[in-house]
Amino acid sequence: MTNPFDDIAKNAQCLFIIGSNTTEQHPVFGMQLRQAVKQRGVPLILADPRRIPIADYATIHLRHKPGTDTALLNGLMYVLITEDLYDHEFVANRTEGFEELKAKILAYPPERVAEICDVNAEDIRRAARLMAAHRPGALMYAMGITQHTSGHGNVISCANLQMLLGNVGVAGGGVNPLRGQSNVQGSCDMGGLPNYYSGYQNVALEASHKKFEAAWGAVPPVDKPGLTLVEMMRAAEHGQIKAMYILGENPALSDPDSNHVRRCLAALDFLVVQDLFLTETAQLADVVLPGASFAEKDGTFTNSERRVQRVQRALNPIGECRPDWEIISDLGQRLLTAIWPELPDAIAEAPHGHWDYMNPVEILDEIADLTPSYAGIRAHRLEKLGSLQWPCPDEKHPGTPILHVGKFTRGLGKFQPMGYLPPAELPDESYPLLLTTGRVLYHYHTGSLTRRARGLAAIYPEGLIELHPEDAARLGVANGETVEVASRRGRVHAKADVTERVQPGVVFMTFHFPDSAANFLTNPALDPVAKIPEFKACAVRVSKCAV
Amino acid sequence: MPQVNITIDGKKIKAEAFKTVYEVATANGIYIPALCHHPALPPEGACRVCLVEIERQRALQPACTFPVTEGLVIHTNSPKVREARKFALELIISDHPLDCMTCEATGDCRLQDLAYEYGVKGNEYTGGVQHTYPIDDPNPFIQVDRNKCILCRRCVRACNYINGVEAIGIVYRGFKARIAFGMDSTMQDSPCEFCGSCVEVCPTAALWPKMSLGKGRAWQLKKIETICSYCGVGCRLNLHVRDNEIVKVTGADGPANHGFTCVKGRFGYDYVNHPERLTRPLVRRYLLEGGSKAATDHRGGGDGKNGDGLLATGNAAADFVETDWDTALNLVAHKFAEIKRNYGGDAFAALCSARCTNEENFLMAKLTRQLMATHNIDHCARL
Repeated sequence: MTNPFDDIAKNAQCLFIIGSNTTEQHPVFGMQLRQAVKQRGVPLILADPRRIPIADYATIHLRHKPGTDTALLNGLMYVLITEDLYDHEFVANRTEGFEELKAKILAYPPERVAEICDVNAEDIRRAARLMAAHRPGALMYAMGITQHTSGHGNVISCANLQMLLGNVGVAGGGVNPLRGQSNVQGSCDMGGLPNYYSGYQNVALEASHKKFEAAWGAVPPVDKPGLTLVEMMRAAEHGQIKAMYILGENPALSDPDSNHVRRCLAALDFLVVQDLFLTETAQLADVVLPGASFAEKDGTFTNSERRVQRVQRALNPIGECRPDWEIISDLGQRLLTAIWPELPDAIAEAPHGHWDYMNPVEILDEIADLTPSYAGIRAHRLEKLGSLQWPCPDEKHPGTPILHVGKFTRGLGKFQPMGYLPPAELPDESYPLLLTTGRVLYHYHTGSLTRRARGLAAIYPEGLIELHPEDAARLGVANGETVEVASRRGRVHAKADVTERVQPGVVFMTFHFPDSAANFLTNPALDPVAKIPEFKACAVRVSKCAV
Repeated sequence: MPQVNITIDGKKIKAEAFKTVYEVATANGIYIPALCHHPALPPEGACRVCLVEIERQRALQPACTFPVTEGLVIHTNSPKVREARKFALELIISDHPLDCMTCEATGDCRLQDLAYEYGVKGNEYTGGVQHTYPIDDPNPFIQVDRNKCILCRRCVRACNYINGVEAIGIVYRGFKARIAFGMDSTMQDSPCEFCGSCVEVCPTAALWPKMSLGKGRAWQLKKIETICSYCGVGCRLNLHVRDNEIVKVTGADGPANHGFTCVKGRFGYDYVNHPERLTRPLVRRYLLEGGSKAATDHRGGGDGKNGDGLLATGNAAADFVETDWDTALNLVAHKFAEIKRNYGGDAFAALCSARCTNEENFLMAKLTRQLMATHNIDHCARL
């Protein structure tokens, strides 16, 4: 997020939520947005195919078809440009590429967009005018924007819109991706990505290569970025990857086309899984290491607002479990010796070549030493200040609540015109319905935690498929009846939730329950740039179960 | 707002005009008791426990709603004030069960604290009718005991001004007045999202987390502040722990959540102490006793019948066996080193975790890059 939660809740004059079921997926921020609408009367524009709970508070709800976000965003920008409602000063002083953007956008008049998205053209105009009249406005998005083969273009279009409105680098504005997991921001920041060292230091740059080589004594070649998750699975299937080490993830249920993922994992010579439970992925492992939950360890999490906060141990690890940092560093020590019975000088002499960490504070110090945006984030400061938002380049720096104030990282903000691309797989005669996926309030991701939380499991015990009454009637399916859902990749059973929350022709499922997990059906087609799979749109067929 | 000069208990204070007497007094270290007032909620003026004496005002005034203006002279602890507060408490207690001995809230109850402070014995008004509401609401999270409700409306305000769904209200008038959910139905039948903000602010045991019943009183629990393990909002939580078990979670005052949280953060914690937790390393038997992996076909699935037979091996060599850490970690180190030696580092890949700490993710990246010499590391950021 470019802007903090509090700033948006208190200062935004307009809220635009696209592709985020905020009150169910980020409930506490959802509450704050709801209060902004109720107490400050801020207009809320929602763009979501489903009638999600926050729609009750929306001034305008644009129910576009899944996978048509870029067209919708371009349609909004068409109105801003042709009705001369955009921020001329911001565009002139802070951006470049406006003419190129304009040329592209002019191909998206609301009437054409209305046809692509199946929304009312007048609603697009009203929404754009509201955004222009109420500034600064904050844009929030989540996986509804990114999990498409056009995900990269969708994100860029969000940025284009906010720059056009002059809503970047100001209090109450910003482009704000809401991160769906406690430390997904942190695991990206820490270099848990195939193309970046920590703090987004590009592995392909000679400077970062040299820096980490000096710090650790050994690093991979500079010219060979790694594989992304879905690419890893394919490499495993073809025998190029022989061994995997999976920490606290459940790809057998969370990745698209689960049947395929399981075949890929099964093809490995050696799979190590470190987790709390014998998850669907751990069941495929050769070795399972029992890690510790958040309550059993010390360390830090970084939230959506780039805010680093301390995780503090409340329990002794259960049984013989060990905190994960301790397991990884213990394994690192042993691996160091197994690979190099005699330690090479380069590693022995490197300032951070070693693996004998005594506690997470020492690791955080190494992170700060090697990561410019975390350089001022030290345990003693977190203890005193409670939290710090990166970038925090030195130990005097107070942290950075709002990004891009006065200047973008690259100087001027660059408009990158994006065209509409339909999803990779659209409904046809054999698979006539469009499946979109997500999570619900009471469960989390693959459910390995929330299905084991008594209250949550009691209130939401099984996987459902949301089906519009018209589709249900055509199929002869009653509310609560179990149906079979099939795609080209797999089939599952789920209980029908006949509801107008979805539109005719669209169905919605989650991946919380192994028996009705949407990911047996989803399409692993990737966005060519971001390599994100298209979870949010694929073609399925729903049929009554044979009795 | 202009500044005004007021006097509280003889202390001259400069304050912002139209702040409440309660706010100004509290900010200046002067104690005024309160039951219905909660700093995160708008004032209500329902309980009369914060009454103060203000010179040139005809009657005592509730500090939580009375705005300060130039020249006010306020007495917060005069005999008249103390007597009025005691009377208010006696009236509340006259229709409140005196089962503090077995009550969940004992030691963590505003009403109990004030009754003690003001010497209320609970036998002033006997012989009248007391409520005997059935305890409970059929939901898995929150116990509703209207007998212990003092109608302070904190829950009503929390549902309106913190969550916003307005699931709680007061129905009926006078002695019949009570809290109700939705159209006087069950919580599950109302717009309630079970964020538990109502439980957070309830001053008694009228609203109490079901999962914490009988698990210990405040003084028996250790309270540790940490960050929630679910979404990316990063709510700060208090884990209440007894005998190495989390027995309750409450919201802590973090910059993202300001003392409140959601249903998963507050009620989704018991997986931590779940009996299915893995507690020792597991390895396939063939790794310990020899034999080839090819002879084992423990990996079912992929036959279109989703996930069937993942554990059904039919082959003893492929069964999981528990082992000690040294054996497991040496085995893993040896195997990873062997694969790097035979096939190169790019034959290895790692997934780190969006549920693990920065420190743990950093080490996973370091292990992959420094030791295994590959950039094949990713996680579920895209999922």
